[in-house]
Formats: sequence, structure tokens, C-alpha cells
Amino acid sequence: MAETKKSFTETIWDFFCSLKLAIILVLLLALTSIIGTVILQNGSPADYIREYGQANYELFKKLQFIDMYHSTWFIGILALFSVNLICCSIKHFPRVWKFVKEPTLVASSAIFKGSANRAEFSCKGSKQQIAEQISTLLKKEFAKTTLTEKDDKLYLFAQKGIYSRFGAYITHLSILIIMAGAVIGNVWGYKAFVNVVEGTSVDQVRSRNNTGLIDLGFTVRCDDFDVSYYPDSNRPKDYTSDLVILENGEEIVHKQIEVNDPLTYKGIKFYQSSYGPAGNPFFKVKVTENATGEVAVVKAHQGKHVQLAGGYSFAVTNFTENDRNFGPAMQLHVNTPDGQHGAPFVVWQNHPQFDVKRGGIFSFELLGHEQTYYTGLQVAKDPGVNIVWAGCFLIMFGSLTAFFFSHKRIWISLEDDGKKTKVLIAGNAHRNQPGFSLAFDDLEQQIEATVKTESPKKEG
Amino acid sequence: MDSGQFFNLTTIAYFAAMVLFFAYIATKNKTVALIATLTSFAGFLIQTIALGLRWYESYQILGTDGRAPLTNLYESVVFFAWSILLIYLLMDLKYKQRTIGAFVLPIALFSMLWAQMSLHSAIDPLVPALQSNWLTYHVITCFLGYAGFAVAFGVSVMYLLKIGKEEKHQGKEPLGGIFGMFPPCKVLDDMNYKAIMIGFPLLTLGIVTGAAWAYYAWGTYWSWDPKETWSLIVWFLYAAFLHARFTRGWVGRRAAWLSVIGFAATLFCYLGVNLVLSGLHSYGSG
Repeated sequence: MAETKKSFTETIWDFFCSLKLAIILVLLLALTSIIGTVILQNGSPADYIREYGQANYELFKKLQFIDMYHSTWFIGILALFSVNLICCSIKHFPRVWKFVKEPTLVASSAIFKGSANRAEFSCKGSKQQIAEQISTLLKKEFAKTTLTEKDDKLYLFAQKGIYSRFGAYITHLSILIIMAGAVIGNVWGYKAFVNVVEGTSVDQVRSRNNTGLIDLGFTVRCDDFDVSYYPDSNRPKDYTSDLVILENGEEIVHKQIEVNDPLTYKGIKFYQSSYGPAGNPFFKVKVTENATGEVAVVKAHQGKHVQLAGGYSFAVTNFTENDRNFGPAMQLHVNTPDGQHGAPFVVWQNHPQFDVKRGGIFSFELLGHEQTYYTGLQVAKDPGVNIVWAGCFLIMFGSLTAFFFSHKRIWISLEDDGKKTKVLIAGNAHRNQPGFSLAFDDLEQQIEATVKTESPKKEG
Repeated sequence: MDSGQFFNLTTIAYFAAMVLFFAYIATKNKTVALIATLTSFAGFLIQTIALGLRWYESYQILGTDGRAPLTNLYESVVFFAWSILLIYLLMDLKYKQRTIGAFVLPIALFSMLWAQMSLHSAIDPLVPALQSNWLTYHVITCFLGYAGFAVAFGVSVMYLLKIGKEEKHQGKEPLGGIFGMFPPCKVLDDMNYKAIMIGFPLLTLGIVTGAAWAYYAWGTYWSWDPKETWSLIVWFLYAAFLHARFTRGWVGRRAAWLSVIGFAATLFCYLGVNLVLSGLHSYGSG
């Protein structure tokens, strides 16, 4: 009974550890991801019904294709993939750790016989002498050596690039870190948006997942929104908003944001995202009461009366951007205090002196025809983003280490062979064997040359 | 001379190089192979000049709004051709397998012809969303990655063409005919892996820089838009390729087929998404 139970857990463990599962999951993720690129995501029911019909829409809803990247089954595959990554790493890591903790200092005869890269020669000189010469050479050309004496033989061991064995683990760990960062961002962060009319402020933003309004904990004011265009074209060059952050009525931060340059305050970022007109355009009109010389600048909406001194009022009734080459012009009339409609007249923006000559009770000057805009801001708080960047950095570091470096090891044994010393050399790289082969041959020739030329001199 | 004329010269050079590589396979004349390689190198140099010139011209036309020539479909297709040549020539330096050119140059030539003949090549100023340094890093890394996969694809096609003949071939003399000119299948398999090994980290970096840029422009580093998702699909495919190779010994035929499928997905990610699907990268189709 106990035995079957053990083998069952073992089966489960092996299943989660297997690389086959990893490859199947990765291919499954690749394949299923296509669905969301072909079927519209997060659309309205009407969109789907129009495109695919009612029956298919119901099917899509059941299969969670409407928001498939956040569906239970897709998250499930991702979760299984994470478990698989963790299990794989747990299973294989001790083996790699053993390379660090217990390097094979003394090579077995199997290593010398079975290695793809090996050499054997005899030369004059004592074991100790030769060991010293080879150590000096390897330290210069390859890596520091470790000397072990066993069974009347001398063994040398040198290795390089052991860290590259960890490259794959760092890469796998970094994928988990990125996923963790994404989870943190989703749980403790939010994505929201808000429209701020020029000159007004907000302290709440609307969540993108329809969870209602979110309190910012401070106030954001938009002083100005502006679109600039490239010269002689209607291609927009920049959308900018002058934002001010206020806390307790105090202005803390001023920043002009634009696309690709957001404002960050207390971990919350404000991105320039859209814009639009707020309310109807208005006329900025300067009114001078000719008797007193008193001046007032007023806002007038087309068709709406604006009160003036002494019970008079005026209304703008028409506007054109270009009146017979005189430029922008408005048509207006003045009502008397008892409501009598005065005769309409025209005021040209570029020729303010004309209306002074008209000789009415008031003279008017058109300062501008303006439109108030709102700026559309994306608001995002993502406490996990730095973890994601750390993961991205690690994934680059890890994959480069894993691909372009390899753990290279060289073993040498020296034993007495009559009056001479027999030298056995073996080498191994855990990746890029052809490249290592060349380096090994080169190194082996250097060793041979060194011990064969230097030994006799020292003896003599 | 303006950059357009240099690009025309580039196209001619790539065409000539391709024909010379074909001639090499037909004639087995090593001198022809050398001339073919030198011609592709000359084409690459001319294209490098052309890219630099177009960069310079953008400042002349747009003043301070000038930018690196990596911003629309025309410029990206041209840069794709340049990247392919760069990766190809680097691999040629190492392997000196001249027949590869006959299978890689056509991809670069086709890109250049398509760009020159039917894409909008005017130097337009950038819309606000593209005004970012991340654009340059993102495009360069992605396209060098794609180029690695393109070279791997060319080599894999050669492998798949040759392997059947090599397996059937008996006797001690090496395989004759056209396929005898190809590098041994073992070498082709190794080159396939090496090219993907170059492409994969670059694609990874391309995705990372894209995420960083998206974060600065839109406030979210990943939004599952079709382009992002397809780049991840491509990444998954090559990740599967590498793992299958490292640990399950998927070499040879299966590796070559995976490489072909991977490149098809790469092309869809690059062009299909813009031309067929819609998403945040829609300005790429201009």
C-alpha cells in the first residue's frame, strides 16, 4: 500500500518535472495565444453578434474567448507552466550545485578513456616538476589548477566558466520573477483613465475594469492642453498637457506631459492619451463703454446674450474664419435695457479700430474665437513593474550566459613510467564542443611543447 | 546622389550576388564564389551608406525632427534586408560555406525589391507615439533577431533538400551534383542552431525594449495586442526549439522543420499582423 502511494506521488512529481511537459506547454501557449489575435478582445456583445452571430457569441462566452488572456484556462496553463519550471529547477539544480561544491578533482580512467578530447604522451622529468610547469602554463592560458595526490599519481584539475551552468536556471527564475511582477501589478495596481477639462482639476479616476472610481489621494489640475502640428501639414507633432499636482491646496509638481513622457507622482503615472472639445467654442470679446472708457473682457457663446453695464446686453449671432480677406469676423447686436433689438453689425478681429468708428454706446473688439479642451489621461499604478524590469534584465543575462558560455574542464594525470613520466590529458565542455575541441588541441600542444623542451634543461 | 539611388544600387548588388551564388553551385568555380561573397559585401556597404544618408536626409527635410530610418514599413523592410546581410556575412566569416548565399540572398533581394517597388518611401515626420528613443533600440534588436531566424530558415531549407539524398547515398565518395556542393548536413544543422542562438536573445531583447517603450508611452508594458502576442508566439516556438535540442536531442530534420515554422511565424508577426490583423502597431503599415 505504502509502496503504491509512493510511486503515485513519484509519478506526479515526474510529470511536473518533465521537460516534455515544458515543451508541450510552451507550444500550447503559442498555439492558444493565436485565438486572441484573431478574435476581437474585450469588445461589446454587439460587436461579436454582428461579426459571428448569436450562437457563436454564446460559445465564445462559454470558452472565455472574449478576454482569453485572462481566462481561467489560459491562466491555468500559465500556472502549470510556472509549476513545471519550478519543479524542473528543483530536480536538476542539485546536480549543477554538485559541480560547484564537489568538482571532480581526480579524474577516473573512464574520463581519460571516454573523453572526446584527450591526449597522452610521455616525457622526461619528475611528476612534481611537470605538474608545476603545467600549472604555470594553464594558469596563464586557461585557469588556476588544483593539485591532488592519490595512489602515487598526481592529478591536476582546472575549470572555467562554471557560472554558465547556472544560465538556464537564471533564465527560468527570471521568467518566474516576471510573472510574479505581473501578478503584483494586477493585484495591487490599477489601470484607469480620466478626462480633465482645461482649468479644472480632479482627485478621482475611473478604473478600466469597471470597478468604479478610484481616489488618487491628491489633486491633478490641467492648466492647458495643446496640439501642435508639423509645419505646412495637418500631421500632429505633439499633444501636450500642463499638469499640476496639488496636495492640501498646495502646488507640489508642475510638468508638461506629452506622449512618451508621462508624469509620475507617488507611484501613479499620468499618460497623455487623448483629447477632445469641452463644451461649445466661445468668443473672447473686449467691450469698451465709450462714455466712461471702462473696459471688460467677456466670454460669449454664440446666440447667448451677455449682460453689459446699464442693463444693456449683446449677443454674437454669426462667425466666420475669413470675411472677404479681412480675416476672422463676428456678427453681433446690442439690446437696449428695455429689450429692443439693435441693428446687427460686424467686428473684424484683425481690424479693431473699425468698431470704434461705428460710434455706438459700446465698442467691441474680438480677441479670439476659442475652444476649451479636455485632456484624456491614462492613469496607471503598477507596483510590480520594477520586479518585471529586474526579471527582464535577468533573462537577458541568463540567456546570454546559457548560450554563449560553457563550463570547460581539463583533467591531467601524471604517473611514473619507468624513467619518464606519463601524462594523460582530458577535456570537456558542456556546450559548444566543436569550439572547445579546437581550443583543447591548441592547449594540449602548448603543454606538450612546454614540458618537452623545458624538462631536459632543468635536469641537465 | 541621394539615398534612393544608393538603395537601387544595393538591390542591383544583391541581385548580382544571388545570380553569382547560383552560378557557383552550377559551375563549382571557387573564384565565382569569392566574387559572389565580395559582391554581397559591397552591397551591404552600399546599403549601410544609404541608411546613413537617409538618416542625414531626414534632418535636412525635417530639421530637428530628423530621426533614424526605422519608422515605417518601407524603412523596416529595407532594414530587414540589411540585418539579414549582416548576420549572413558574420556567419560566412566563421563557416565560409559559400553556397548558403544562394538561399539567404534571395530573402534580402526580395525585401529590397518589394520596398523599392511598392512601398511608400517618403521621409515623413513622426507621429507623437513614435517619438521615443526606445523606437530605435526596439527596431534594431527585433530586426537583427528576425534576420537570425531568416538565415536559419535558409540553412534549414538547404538541410531539408539535402538530407534525403545524403541518407540514400552509399559508397565512400562524397555526394555529387548540386547537393554535393552544399555543406554537409551536420554543418547545416549546426548553422541552423547557431543562427537561432543569435536570433533568440536579440528577439528577447526586442520584446523587452518593446515592453519598456509601451510602458513609457501607454502605461502598460504588456497589453496582449496582436503584435505583442505574435512576438511571444515566435519566442515560444524558438524556446521550444532550443529546449528540444538541448535536452531531447531534436536535431536534423525536426530541428529544420521547427526552424521553417518559426520563420513563418516570424514573418506573420512582422507583416501578417500589420497587413491582416489590427492593433497598436497599426502605424507600421504606412
